[in-house]
Parts: sequence; C-alpha cells; structure tokens
Amino acid sequence: MAIGLGHYLTVAAILFTLGIFGIFLNRKNVIIILMSIELMLLAVNINLVAFSAFLGDMVGQVFALFVLTVAAAEAAIGLAILVVFYRNRGSIAVEDINSMKG
Amino acid sequence: MIVTAIAFYVFAAITVAAGFMVIAARNPVHSVLFLILAFFNAAALFVLMGAEFLALMLVVVYVGAVAVLFLFVVMMLEIDLAEMREGFLQYLPVGGLIGFILLVELVLVLGAWTFAPEAAGVAAHPAPDIAQVDNTRALGQLLYTNYVYLFQAAGLVLLVAMVGAIVLTHRENTKAKRQNIARQVSRRRDQAVEIKKVDPGQGL
Repeated sequence: MAIGLGHYLTVAAILFTLGIFGIFLNRKNVIIILMSIELMLLAVNINLVAFSAFLGDMVGQVFALFVLTVAAAEAAIGLAILVVFYRNRGSIAVEDINSMKG
Repeated sequence: MIVTAIAFYVFAAITVAAGFMVIAARNPVHSVLFLILAFFNAAALFVLMGAEFLALMLVVVYVGAVAVLFLFVVMMLEIDLAEMREGFLQYLPVGGLIGFILLVELVLVLGAWTFAPEAAGVAAHPAPDIAQVDNTRALGQLLYTNYVYLFQAAGLVLLVAMVGAIVLTHRENTKAKRQNIARQVSRRRDQAVEIKKVDPGQGL
C-alpha cells in the first residue's frame, strides 16, 4: 500500500498530542515542558514538509527551516532563563515560579 | 514501494514511541536521549518525503545543538528525582482529558478533509524535477532570492538569542584578581614613592 499524506499527518498529530500531554503531565520539571514544546514544533515541521512534498511546493520547506531556527533560539533562551532561575531559587518546579504573583 | 511502506511504519512507530518516552521517562536524562531518538527518526521520515536538506538540518541543529544543550542543563542542575514525580498522578486526569479531546479533534479533521480541486495548481514556488535540480539546490535557489530578507531576519533572531543567553547566564567573577589598567595608568609618582631625608650616620 502506498504511503500518502494522511499517514504523515497522523504521525504529526500524535506527536503534537504527546507534546500537549507532556506539558500537562510534568508539572515538577520545566525541562520536560521545554522538551514537549520541541516535540510540538517537530510535529509542525513534519506537517509543513509533508504538505510541501505532496503538493510539490518548495515554500513549505523554506517555512520549516525558519521554524527550525526559531525553535533553536527558543531552546537557547528558555534554558538560559531556566539556569538563572535555578541559581536564584534552587528549584525548577512550576509551582515555585510565583515571584510575580500578587 | 513495499520497502517505502515498511520504512515509513518503522520510523513512524519509533518516533511516536520515543516521543511518548520523552514525557513518560522517570529520569530527565533518559528523556533527552529519547528526544534525540525521536529527532533521528523524524529526520528519516523527512528523507522518505524527499526533503533531504531539512532532514540533515534536523540532525545537525536539533541533535547536535538543542538536544546537547538540554543534556548539559539537565546534568548541570541537580534535581531531586523522587520529589519530581510527586504531582504526576494529580495532573493525569486533566492532562489526559485535554490530550484526548485534542486527538479526537485532529482525527475528525483528518477524516473529513480533502484538497480543494484547484489546490494542486496554485503552488507559490513549484518544486523542480528532482532529476534536474536536487532538493538542497532548489531550497537554496528559493532561500537566497525570494526569501533573502526573511533569511537575514532568521540570522538576527539567532544573534539576539545568542546575546540574550550570554547576558542572562554570565556572572562576574569577583574572586579572580585582574589587572585594572585605568588604575595603573592613573597612578602618579607622589602616590607611589615617598622621599625621606636621611641624615648621615643616623639611619631611619
């Protein structure tokens, strides 16, 4: 049987759902939440490349490249903020991030 | 064709399984390693779709930079593993519900969806024949002409991210002894040398 667009979209949908699931499940560890965000961006990239390949349009791949760039920048900044936060508070649990709560 | 199908199912299954282990693994280091596995298999899926350049970019950028960055941070912060799993079951119902609803919605969209009849003809930049122009060259011809400003903007985003990460995590080292050039240069003779009149045969 031939592998069509729907197969790739299904994989991307499952990965995206796993990313959402990970954000809700791991409330103690911000690192896992950042990794879940990476998973979701990967799912989006799979979608973009799948549509690009099956519609014969190169722009999807160009866009996936930019998503990749932004994901790398986001990971670097997010982890830097995490390191600074750990230095100040000695914890990375989501519940402890409440300094700006009124 | 059957080889392509088998390869797709193997890579897709490993990608999804590794993605699940990322959020389910007990140890964050294992999570990062499963994330790397997921990225490798997603890169293989990209190759199956004919996007070789993006596949290798995925390996270089994600596995080579992002995942290793995650690994560094996980190992640098000392995290209490036992304490970290405490709220796991507490958030399972609501997380499961939201994940389930999202999955059902996505499945409904996937089931009832078709291309518009004119969609195939309106490609903004049709992919050239793979026999004449390979994927990397086609991408470059597009990226460095029509999308050159966006390309530069992406470079700026990376620059700002780099500067931001350095500014955030940089710490002035107060213990190390350093040369203070300005103080050295502005030091004058009367601050450094004192002239004493010494009478002969008396000493100081």
